[in-house]
Order: sequence, then C-alpha cells, then structure tokens
Amino acid sequence: MNKKLSQQIAFSIFRIFGILVVLILMSILGFIIYNGIQVVNWEFLSTYPEEGMTSGGIFPAIVGTFYLIIGSMLFAFPLGVMSAIYTNEYAGNGWVVNFIRMMTNNLASIPSIVFGLFGMSLFVTQLKFGDSILAGSLTLGLLALPLIIRTTEEALKAVPDTYRTGSLALGATKLQTIKRVVLPSALPNILTGLILSIGRVSGETAPILFTVAAYFLPQLPSSIFDQAMALPYHLYVLATSGTDIEAARPMAYGTAFVLIVIVLIMNLTASFLRRKLEKQ
Amino acid sequence: MKHNPFIRKMLEKITEQILRLSGAITSITILFICFFLFKEGIHLFNNPDIEKGYGLYVHSRNPTIQLSPEQTKKVFDGELDNWKELGWDDKNISLFRIDDAFEIHSEKDLGENYELLPQKLSEIISNDESIIAFLPKKYAPSGASVKELISENIKIGDYFLGKEWLPTATPAPLFGVLPLVLGTLFVSIIALLIALPLGLGVAIYLAELAGEKQRRLLKPVIELLAGIPSVVYGFFGLVVLAPIVQKAFGIPVGETALTGSLILAIMALPTIISVSEDALRNTPREMREASLALGASQWQTIYRVVIPYAKSGISAAVVLGIGRAIGETMAVLMVTGNAALIPHSVFDSVRTIPATIAAELGEAPLGSAHYQSLFLLGCILFVFTMIISIVAEIISKKKNYKTH
Repeated sequence: MNKKLSQQIAFSIFRIFGILVVLILMSILGFIIYNGIQVVNWEFLSTYPEEGMTSGGIFPAIVGTFYLIIGSMLFAFPLGVMSAIYTNEYAGNGWVVNFIRMMTNNLASIPSIVFGLFGMSLFVTQLKFGDSILAGSLTLGLLALPLIIRTTEEALKAVPDTYRTGSLALGATKLQTIKRVVLPSALPNILTGLILSIGRVSGETAPILFTVAAYFLPQLPSSIFDQAMALPYHLYVLATSGTDIEAARPMAYGTAFVLIVIVLIMNLTASFLRRKLEKQ
Repeated sequence: MKHNPFIRKMLEKITEQILRLSGAITSITILFICFFLFKEGIHLFNNPDIEKGYGLYVHSRNPTIQLSPEQTKKVFDGELDNWKELGWDDKNISLFRIDDAFEIHSEKDLGENYELLPQKLSEIISNDESIIAFLPKKYAPSGASVKELISENIKIGDYFLGKEWLPTATPAPLFGVLPLVLGTLFVSIIALLIALPLGLGVAIYLAELAGEKQRRLLKPVIELLAGIPSVVYGFFGLVVLAPIVQKAFGIPVGETALTGSLILAIMALPTIISVSEDALRNTPREMREASLALGASQWQTIYRVVIPYAKSGISAAVVLGIGRAIGETMAVLMVTGNAALIPHSVFDSVRTIPATIAAELGEAPLGSAHYQSLFLLGCILFVFTMIISIVAEIISKKKNYKTH
C-alpha cells in the first residue's frame, strides 16, 4: 500500500484515540457534574440523610471521610517519608534498596479488597479495634504507603547532590543535612505526594467496607473506636442497596459530585504545585 | 547537650535505626498480609463438608456410606430423587429435616428440653427405609436401624476445581471457586482486548505525534482518569453504561460481563498508556534516525523499529493492566450482575473474586466456613497479583539489560 496513505490512516486513528480518551473523561465528569450540581447546596452538605436516605444531606459521610483522611495520613505520611529517606539517603545502592523497591511496587499492586480483608483480620478481629475509625485509618494508611514512598523518593532524588556534599563539607552531620537541607528543598514535591494520597484515600471503598464503614449513623463518631460513614461507601449504598433506589438517585448524584470535586481539587492542586516547581 | 558529640552521635545512630525500620515497613506489611490471609483461609479445609454440628442419617439397610457435597446438594434440592441413581434399589428418596419433626409431633411429645426428640427421630428413620435425614448432632438418633453417613472435611480439590459457588446452601455448602476465577479472568481479558489497542494508540500519539499543546491537555486527562474513585466508575457504569449496553444489544439486563469489561478497560487505560509511553520514549534516537535515513516513513519507523524495540515495555503495560483489572472490586461489583456461573458469552452475568469478597464477607459469620472460604479467595487474589507484579518486574528488567 501507498506509504503515505497508510501513515495518514494510522496517524488519524491514533489522533481519534486521543480525542476518544478525552471524550471518555469528559462524559464521565460531565455526567456526574451536570446531575450532581442540581442537588448540591449548603443544606445537602450540612444535614443528615432523611427518609431512608432519599432526602436530606450527606454531612456525616463528609465528616467520616475527613476523619479517615486525617487518620490514615497521620499514620502513613511520617512512616512513608521516613521509609523513603532511608532508601534514598542511607541504604546506598545494594540489594537492600532493590528489595525494598520491589516490595513497595508489590504492595502497590495488591488489590484494595485484599487490604480490606487484611484490615478486618488484623485490626478489627485480632487487635480487637472493632469496626472503627482506627481500624479503617490504619488499613487506608497501609494502602497509601507505596504512593507516599514513591513520590517522596522522587522528591528526594530531585535534590541535587551538591546540596548534600556542600552541607557535609561545612561540617554538618548526615542527619542535620537531611533535616536542614534535603527535606526543606524536597518539601513541595513531598507535599504533592501527600495531596495525591489524600485524593486516593478519600475515594477508596473496598478497604473500608469491613473495617469502619457504617450504612447509617444518627450521630457523628465521638472517638476513634466508633464506626463512621464515608462518602465512597455512602455512594455505593445509595446506588445499589437503599430502600428505594430510584428515589435515592439524586442523593447518589450529589455524593458522586462531592467525591469527584474532592479528587479534582486534589489533582489540580498537585499539578499546580508541580508546575510551579518546574518553573523554578 | 546539643554540643555533646557523644550524645549527638548516639542520636544519629538511633535515628538511622528508626529510619531503617521504617524502610522495612512495606516488606513487613506484605508479610503480614500474607500471614493473616492464609491464617484465616487455610482453616477452611478443617471444616466438615456438611454444615457444622449436623449429620446425615439413613436407614441401616441403606448401603450408601457417604455422599459427596454435590450429591448431598442435589438430593436436598430434589434434583436426585431416587436411590437408584446413588447405586441402591429403585426407591424414591424421602427427605427429612429437623423442622419436619415439629410438624409430626407436638411439643408435648418431645419433652420440655426436647429430651425425647432423639428417640422420636430414631423411630421415624427406622419406619422409612428410603429416608435421608439432616439433623443436628445434638439430637442424634440412635439404634440398630439408624446409620450416620460419613462426613469428611472439605477437600482442596473440591475448592479449586468445584464448578459451583453456593456458600450458604444447606445441608452442604459448595465452595467451588472455578466460576469466580474464570469470571475474573474472562472480564479482565476482554477489558484488556479493548484497552490495549486504544491505550497503545494513545501512547504512540503521545510519544511520537503530539505537540506540546496536545500533551498538556492529554496528560492531566489521563491522570484524572486514574484518580477517579472506582465506586464512581461503578456508579457511572450502572446508571449510564448498563442501559446503553442493554439497548444496543437488545438483551434483558444491562449488567453483563461486557459492561464490566468496558468499565475495567477505561480504568486500565491510564496504566497501559503511561507504561507503554515510557517504553516507546526509551527507543534510542539513533535507531529512529537510521530508519528514517533509509527512506522509511515515520509510521513505518514506528511499527517496524520503535514498537519492536519497546516490546518488553509494552508487555509490562499489558501485564500491569491485567493486574489492575483483576483486583478491581467496586466497579465490577456494581455492573456485572454477580451471578456465580461460568460465563459462556460476554452477555452473561459474571461474578469476580473481589466482587464476591466484597458482597459476601459482611454476611458471613466470623470464623465460619464461608468466612474462611472468602479469605482463601483473598489468598488466590493475592497470589495472582504477586505473580503479575513479579512478572512485570522481570519483563522490565530484561529491557534494562538490552539498553546497557
């Protein structure tokens, strides 16, 4: 076949594919936003579900998700950052680092439902935390670990070695160098990772199914040993198992909208931060 | 204190140890996951193959010694209704459950604490040669004309090769994972067949054709696709995609394997695109230029030089894409209809391993055979994804050898 013609055909197909991917995203976002925005108002965000979840708001689910974000990040962020500091600054380049990286990759590839099973077995049953914010946060934290470790490692790698050698040459110890020189200059990138992990954690359903999520609670959780409602689980309930699924549909649109907005904000903030850094 | 060099050195050492420990956190987590999943799951094979605390009783003249779980299920479902089919005389099987005893006898007959129940049960069995009774061992009938069928523990082969998943059936729950495993693979592979050409096309576009402006648009789009929570995908699939599939193919329900595959394909796209784009970009410039200098067109260069060179990277993308699809829970749970049957066409309803766990664990009593069987499903999933992730690792290592 004509060389030019086959090239033209192939390239236009790829171009169409590219446009198709944009269209897919647009249709999903458009659908959720168009239907959701008609439901979401201050009342929706600040009141409890009513009448078998067919009216009212999603306030407790928002609060629950907020608690889970805080809980999981309090646990996973320091741990992940420390782990990345170790692999990047201390461990050198031997098999240890390769092994740790492989394990981090493996952990990232474990399905979220397996985390749910694990969380139920260890935190809920073995350690007797029960269905609680604590158990859910720990489970979500473990799930977010690989993401935090990877982004932190990349952030640390982006710090030029001259910073380190300069600081060491001035007589600072390794720890001082990390604390005063490496971490401050890697901080914005590390925060990007934190923001992305928050986006990830806020949307996960499978890990919280059996560790924390409640179908409906008449009051807010008062301690870390209480169950909580959460946005993604609430959406699942509204979409599949409410008493009157059709009547609950608007509530489901609203919940999906709030979830999408959280994810969008997190992603946009992260890419905004990244772009600002690239300019520097 | 700050200036004491000894204390400072100690602090440095302690910090290093703490950091080292946190460096091991991911390995420890994986180890723990492995341990706890298998710990719960492996006990499944210590359970009897009929409901715990119950026994099957027949008349002593009945030569049957043992029934397989499947036979038991068929007998009590009425699918097997003659002893001839189980190798005895031509007699209709009469079924008896404990509730039937309360219909025949008043509570007075049975005594205050049912202390007369075993005796009455013995009478019932000895009066009916063709009976099979499913009774609690607590009230086990006795006597010369009563025989208990042998019950074994659940067999490993029945679990992995069984074709029926009926974990709450009585008297004999069936834990055959074959339909779930096949359902998972079926949905994932079709998803990949859809996502691979599309993803690879977009990757080629991004790596070879797109200008700065198009990349600026496409990159965040792909990141966002990866960031949308799976429950939102599931919701979208349920409300939008399922009705479309239903109308387009004129089928009674839209929740099918195909619907699941379509959603999974969208979800696997970001992985496939970014991994294969990286692979395409790694092709050395000299190779491209050599090909172009020989008079090849850009497209010929791409599919004769760049793609073959990036083959291992693209295979890694395929493997990782499958991994993503196999483990996906919520979206699949919401759109595939969840019938635990071996799928024969893309319009069948299927149920995957993760969806089964998510749907059933909430109802399975803690420590029951059902609960353990779900943890064992988790083990299968865990092993699947571990293999996939290691294979992907090996494939991408291979690529490194080539470039150096």
